[in-house]
Amino acid sequence: MQFIAPVLNYAQLAPILIVLAGALIGVLIEAFAPRASRHNAQLFITVGSLVASFASLMRVRTQSSVDAAMGSVAFDGAGVLLQASILILALLSVFLIADQENFTALPAAVPGSEEERQSLQLDLRVTEVFPLTLFAVAGMMLFPVSTDLITLFVALEVLSLPLYLMAGLSRRRRLMSQESALKYFLLGAFSSAFFLFGAAYLYGYSGTITFSGIQASVVGGSGNDVFLLLGIAFISVGLLFKVGAVPFHAWSPDVYQGAPTAITGFMAAATKVAAFGAILRIFYVSFANAEWSWKPVFVVIAIITMVFGSVVAITQRDVKRMLAYSSIAHAGFLLAGVIALSKSGLNSTIFYLFAYGIATLGAFAVVTLIRDSAGEVTDLNRWSGLGKRSPLIASVFALFLLAFAGIPLTSGFIGKFSIFSAAYESGSTAILISGVLSSAIAAFFYIRVIVLMFFKDPVEDGTSVVIPSGLTTITIAVTSAVTLILGVFPAPLIDFIESYAFFIR
Amino acid sequence: MLLPLLGCILIAVIPSDQVLRVKQAALGTTLLVAISAVLAWFKFDSANTAFQFVQSTPWIPTFGISYAVGVDGLSLVLILMSVLLAPIVVLAGWNESEGGRWSAKVFYILILVLETMMIGVFAATDVFLFYVFFEAMLIPVYFLIGGYGSGERAAAAVKFLLYSLFGGLLMLASIIGLYVISGANGGHTFDITKLSDMHNYMSSTTQNLLFLGFFIAFAIKAPVWPLHTWLPDAAASATPGTSVLLLGVLDKVGTFGMIRFCLALFPDASKTFTPIILVLAIVSILYGAFLAIGARDIKRLIAYTSISHFGFITMGIFAMTTQGHSGATLYMFNHGFSTAALFLVAGWMISRRGSSTIADFGGLQRVTPVMAWSFFIAGMSSLALPGLSSFVSEFLVLVGTYTRYPVAAIIATFGIVLAALYILIPVQKALHGPTTPGNENLPDLNIREKVAIAPVIAVIVGLGFYPAPLLNVINPASAHVIESQGFTDPVPSESAGK
Repeated sequence: MQFIAPVLNYAQLAPILIVLAGALIGVLIEAFAPRASRHNAQLFITVGSLVASFASLMRVRTQSSVDAAMGSVAFDGAGVLLQASILILALLSVFLIADQENFTALPAAVPGSEEERQSLQLDLRVTEVFPLTLFAVAGMMLFPVSTDLITLFVALEVLSLPLYLMAGLSRRRRLMSQESALKYFLLGAFSSAFFLFGAAYLYGYSGTITFSGIQASVVGGSGNDVFLLLGIAFISVGLLFKVGAVPFHAWSPDVYQGAPTAITGFMAAATKVAAFGAILRIFYVSFANAEWSWKPVFVVIAIITMVFGSVVAITQRDVKRMLAYSSIAHAGFLLAGVIALSKSGLNSTIFYLFAYGIATLGAFAVVTLIRDSAGEVTDLNRWSGLGKRSPLIASVFALFLLAFAGIPLTSGFIGKFSIFSAAYESGSTAILISGVLSSAIAAFFYIRVIVLMFFKDPVEDGTSVVIPSGLTTITIAVTSAVTLILGVFPAPLIDFIESYAFFIR
Repeated sequence: MLLPLLGCILIAVIPSDQVLRVKQAALGTTLLVAISAVLAWFKFDSANTAFQFVQSTPWIPTFGISYAVGVDGLSLVLILMSVLLAPIVVLAGWNESEGGRWSAKVFYILILVLETMMIGVFAATDVFLFYVFFEAMLIPVYFLIGGYGSGERAAAAVKFLLYSLFGGLLMLASIIGLYVISGANGGHTFDITKLSDMHNYMSSTTQNLLFLGFFIAFAIKAPVWPLHTWLPDAAASATPGTSVLLLGVLDKVGTFGMIRFCLALFPDASKTFTPIILVLAIVSILYGAFLAIGARDIKRLIAYTSISHFGFITMGIFAMTTQGHSGATLYMFNHGFSTAALFLVAGWMISRRGSSTIADFGGLQRVTPVMAWSFFIAGMSSLALPGLSSFVSEFLVLVGTYTRYPVAAIIATFGIVLAALYILIPVQKALHGPTTPGNENLPDLNIREKVAIAPVIAVIVGLGFYPAPLLNVINPASAHVIESQGFTDPVPSESAGK
C-alpha cells in the first residue's frame, strides 16, 4: 500500500489550528505553572488565541477551496461566516467564564465532602475550564466545515466531550450539576452512536464518505434507497440531538439548568451555530437532491419543535429552564431555514444563528448577575421587582426577551422575518403559519417575565443584583448593543452574509 | 416632514432630573411638532392624490426594504389629529405621571417615543416600515398602561399586548406572503404603490388569506366585535391621557390600515368579505352601544361608546362609496377629539372625586359648571348632535352606506338612538339632579385644564359648522381609493329618498 503524504493548506486551516494550539498551551500551563498565576495566564492565552484565530480567519476570508485538508475540510464563504460567529460568541463567553464565582473550586471533590470544603476555603479555581473551552471551540469550528463523515464525527466528539465535562463544574448545587453532566454525556453518547450508524449506512449506499460523493450517488440514483433513507435518518438523529430539536431535546432543560450559567450560555449560543452549520452543509450539499426523502419529516419536526418548545416554556418557573425551552422553540424556527433549501434560506439561517447566539449569551450573562448569598437565583418568582431594584439590568434583559419574541427594532425580528419568508418562498405554508402561531405563544412567556420584572413589587429575600465584573460588563454591553443595532441597521450584516453565504461543497 | 426625527432628537435632549423641566420640554416638543404639522397641512396640495412630502432611503436593500415616508389626504388628517392631541394630553395630564411606577421623566419619554411612532405609522409608505412602527408602538403603550395606570393595570397591559401581538404576527405572515409574491413578480419590494399591483398575480384563495391576516390585525386594533375585549380593560386601567392616545390615535391605526392596506392591496378579497365585515361592524355598533348603556364605570362607558363608533367607521370604509370613505376618515378625526374631551374631563372628574363610578357623581352642573359643560359638549359630540363635528361624519357614513347597502344603514341608525341613551343617561346622572353628598366642594377646572380642553371643544364645535378645510383634503383621497377599487358611486335613486 502506498502512503500519500497529505497536502494541507495551512493558511485556511490556521484558524482552527491556532485555537487547538492555544488549548494545548493551556494544558501545559495547567501542568507546570504555579497555581496563583494560572488564572490570568489561562485567560490571556484563551483570549489571545481566539483573537488571533479570528484575525487569521479574516485574512483568508475571500479564499475558497475544497482542498483545505485533502478534501476533508472545505473552506468557503459559509464556513467563514460560521467560524467567525463561533469565535465571536466564544470570546464573549470566555469573558463570562472568567468570572469564577460560578465554578466549583475542585471538580473532583465529592459534593459535600471535607475535601470540597477545604478547596473552597483555599479559594482554588478551576482553570481547566479555559483549555476545555478552546478544545470545544476548535471542534465547533471544524464541525461546519467538515466535508466527509469521518471528519464530521471527529469534530462532533471534539466539541462534545469538553462540554460534557464543563456542564458538571457548577459551584452551587453540585449534585444537580453532575447529574446534568452525566445525563448529557449518556444521551450524547447515544446520539453519537446513532450518527455513526447512519454514517455506515451512507457508506453502504454510496461507497464513499465524502459529501460530494454521496451527492453524486443521490443524483445518479444508483444505490439502494433504503440505505440512503436509513443513513439520513440516523445521521439526522445525531445532529438534531445537538441542536435540541424535539423529540431529541430531553437533555437540554436539565443540562441548561445544571450547568454553570456561563457554560450554558456558551453551549446554547456557540453549539447551536456549529451544529446548525453542519446540518446546513450536509443537507444542502449531500442530500439536497434527495429532498423528497427528508423534507416532509423535517417539516413535521420543525413544527413540533416550535410548538412544543413554546408551549412547555409557559409552565416553567426557573429562568434557565425557560430559556432552555425557548431555545428549543428557536431550534424549530432555525429548522425552517434549513428546510427552505435555498440561498435565502442559508442567508437567513446564518443571520438568525448569529443574532440568536448573541441575544442568548447576553440573557445568560444577565442571569449570572442575579444572586443571593447561596449563588444565582434562577427562580422566576424571585425576579419580581427587578426593574425597581436595578432598572438598567432589567431593561437589558427585557431587550433580550423582546428580541427572542421577535419584536421589531431588535435583531430577533429581522431574523424571524427573513427565515419565515425564506421558508414560505420555498413553499412551506405550514411552517409559516405554525411559526407565527408559536411565536405568539412564545411572546406570552417572554412578556410574563417582563411583567414580573417591571410590574411586580420586589420580594425582600436577599436576592440582589451584583455589580458585574469588568469582563461581564463588556459581554452584556456588546450583546445588547449588537441586538439593538442588528434590529435597526441590519443591512451591512445582511449584505455581508449575502455575499459570503455559499457552500463550495 | 422631518417630524419623526424631530421628535426623536428632542427626546434625547429631555433626560434631566428636574420634573418641571421635563414637563415643559415635553410640552414644547409636542407643540412644535403640532405647529410643523399644521404648516405641512397648508403646504399640502389636496388635488394631488399621490403621496407628498416623500422621503425615501434604502434601509435593508437585500429585502427591498426602505425607510419611505410620505402623506396623502388620509394620512395627513390622521397625523394632524395625533400631533394636535399630543400637547393637549401632555398639558391635561400634567400630574398624571405621579403615582406611577417610575419617574415622570420615563413617562414623558414614553409619550414622545409613542408620538414619533404614531407619526411614523401613518406616514410609512413601505409596508415593512409600517409593520415595524405598528409593532414597536406596542411597547411604549404597554409600559404606559402597566406603569402609570390604576387598578389592574399590569393585567390590562398584558392583555392589550398579547392581543395586539397576536394580530401583529398574523399580519407578519401576510406581509411575508406579499413579499414572496412580489419577489416572484418583478423583484422583492415593500413599496405600497408597487405592491398594490400584486393582487393581479394572486389566486383568489391566496388573496383572501393574506387579506384576513391584515384584517384580523386591524380588527383587533380598531377594535371590531368580537375582538374588542382588551379595550375596556386597557382604557379603564390607563391614565386618561394614555387612554386618549390609545383610543384616539392608536385604534385609528386599525381603521387606517383597513383603508390603506386591506382595500388597496386586496381589492377583490375586500369585496368578497364586505358582507361579513358589514355584519361585524353593525354588531359592533349595537353591541358597543348596549354595553355602554349598562356601564357603571365612566371610563368603561367611554370605551364601549368607542367600540360603537368604530363600528360606524368600519362600516363607512367597507361601504365602498366616496361619501362613506370621507365620512369614515372624518369620523376618525372627530372621534379622536370627542373621545379626548370625554376622557380628559372624565379623568378630572375621577381625580377630584376619587371614584370612577357614574353613580357617585351628581349635581356637578351646579358645583363645577365649566367641567360639566365640557363633559356635556363632548357627550353631545359623541352622540352626533347636529352642529357638532361628529354629526357631519356620521351623516356621511350613513348616507354613503345607504346608497349601496340600505339595510345596513337602517340598522346602524338604531345605533344613533342608542347613543342618545348611553350619553344622556350618564349626563343626567352625573351632571344634573341633586348634588350627591361629598360632591359639594369639588373644585372646578383650573386654568391649565381650561387651556387644555378649550382647543378640543373649539375643534368639535368648529368642524361641526365648517368641516370644509378637512373635507377638502379628505375627499380627493377617498375618491382615489374608491376609484382604484374599481367602484363607482351608485347614483341615488328616487326611492332612496334623500
